[in-house]
Amino acid sequence: MYTQALDIPQQNADAKPLRAVENAAYQAEFDAKVDAGGFIEAKDWMPEAYRKTLIRQISQHAHSEIVGMLPEGNWISRAPSLKRKAILLAKVQDEGGHGLYLYAAAETLGVSRDELMDALHSRKAKYSSIFNYPTLNWADVGVIGWLVDGAAIMNQIPLCKCSYGPYARAMIRVCKEESFHQRQGYDLLLTMMRGTPEQQEMVQDAVNRWWWPSIMMFGPHDKDSVHTDSARWGIKRISNDDLRQKFVDATVKQAEVLGVTLPDPELKWNEERGHYDFGAIDWEEFWNVVNGHGQCNVDRLAERVQAWEEGAWVREAALAHAEKQAARENAGRAAA
Amino acid sequence: MERKEWPLWEVFVRSRNGLDHKHCGSVHAPDAKLALQVARDVYTRRQEGVSIWVVKADNIVASDPDAKPELFDPAEDKIYRHPTFYQLPEEVGHM
Ligand SMILES: [Fe+2]
Ligand SMILES: [Fe+2]
Repeated sequence: MYTQALDIPQQNADAKPLRAVENAAYQAEFDAKVDAGGFIEAKDWMPEAYRKTLIRQISQHAHSEIVGMLPEGNWISRAPSLKRKAILLAKVQDEGGHGLYLYAAAETLGVSRDELMDALHSRKAKYSSIFNYPTLNWADVGVIGWLVDGAAIMNQIPLCKCSYGPYARAMIRVCKEESFHQRQGYDLLLTMMRGTPEQQEMVQDAVNRWWWPSIMMFGPHDKDSVHTDSARWGIKRISNDDLRQKFVDATVKQAEVLGVTLPDPELKWNEERGHYDFGAIDWEEFWNVVNGHGQCNVDRLAERVQAWEEGAWVREAALAHAEKQAARENAGRAAA
Repeated sequence: MERKEWPLWEVFVRSRNGLDHKHCGSVHAPDAKLALQVARDVYTRRQEGVSIWVVKADNIVASDPDAKPELFDPAEDKIYRHPTFYQLPEEVGHM
């Protein structure tokens, strides 16, 4: 809802200063609302920079959900049992749903779905770099659920209380579904760890490859972070480093129960801090992948664009059919 | 060919009988029939609903957020419209 399509009846133009213009009174009202932990709704006045930041963040988030279907989708036809196939199908379908909730939330800010799609397909918009790593064996599906969805949950829970109403509501919906994603992944890994030594090795191999990219998902260190306005506006309520620490702390025990080693020799409990210390993150790799040089950047986007282009005739035909039906109905009504 | 988006529909779901339909998001679809189908797939994958309404977004008329004071403030000082405004003797009991 709350989209640019919801036209507001034209009011007496002289009664109020133009809403589009940056205006001190509106700004003060906005600041007070955000500072009090209140919500901004789609038709409320908001600073242009706030709108732009939200469009960027929500759409990147939506793109990540949609592109995120690809690495796991790769394994749907190769799942080892009907049960696992049904679970994976449901999980991947959820990710598609998450993308759609979020695109709808972004559209309330006055950007069209086509524009958002264009931005993704022309590489103007980014998506989470985690999806540019390949899924090499079946254990990758489990590790993605456990670590990648796990990290996403850490990131997403605070967003349920972010200052923009439509985004917050979409995130509540998303978070309700994410727990299933993480648990099915962990369950899959538990099953493999009870299997043959080869299966156990597959799990360890997948953990070795996904651990560092997973903790990179929280983004650059706070001291190197560029989007500081997000905190002031109540969009980002917990910092990258705090979220990362929370994730590491939660994951160590889970790895232990599973019986795998996290590939970081510096990972150890720090009594004084009350947290786990961990080794230095390879930010060069992170930026390399963000900037398009990961193993799968080219493939992922090519697959996205192909799916979009090959579906064009369906979208056009459905619209032509709808228009024809509507015209026929109108003609029928006129004749009656 | 000129590109044209599928129109936007607002989706309302009744989670179970006895409750109102509640707005839960929006979908793009070429017509009402497909809008219902898409809404089902997007918003009710876990039995979140027993009934769905879809309404073309263009057909919704919304109040002006700038008119909030004119529309809603007049009710602010009419506290006598609430039961708690009236102090009754305790012996009366629950009323
Ligand atoms: Fe998701
Ligand atoms: Fe997920």
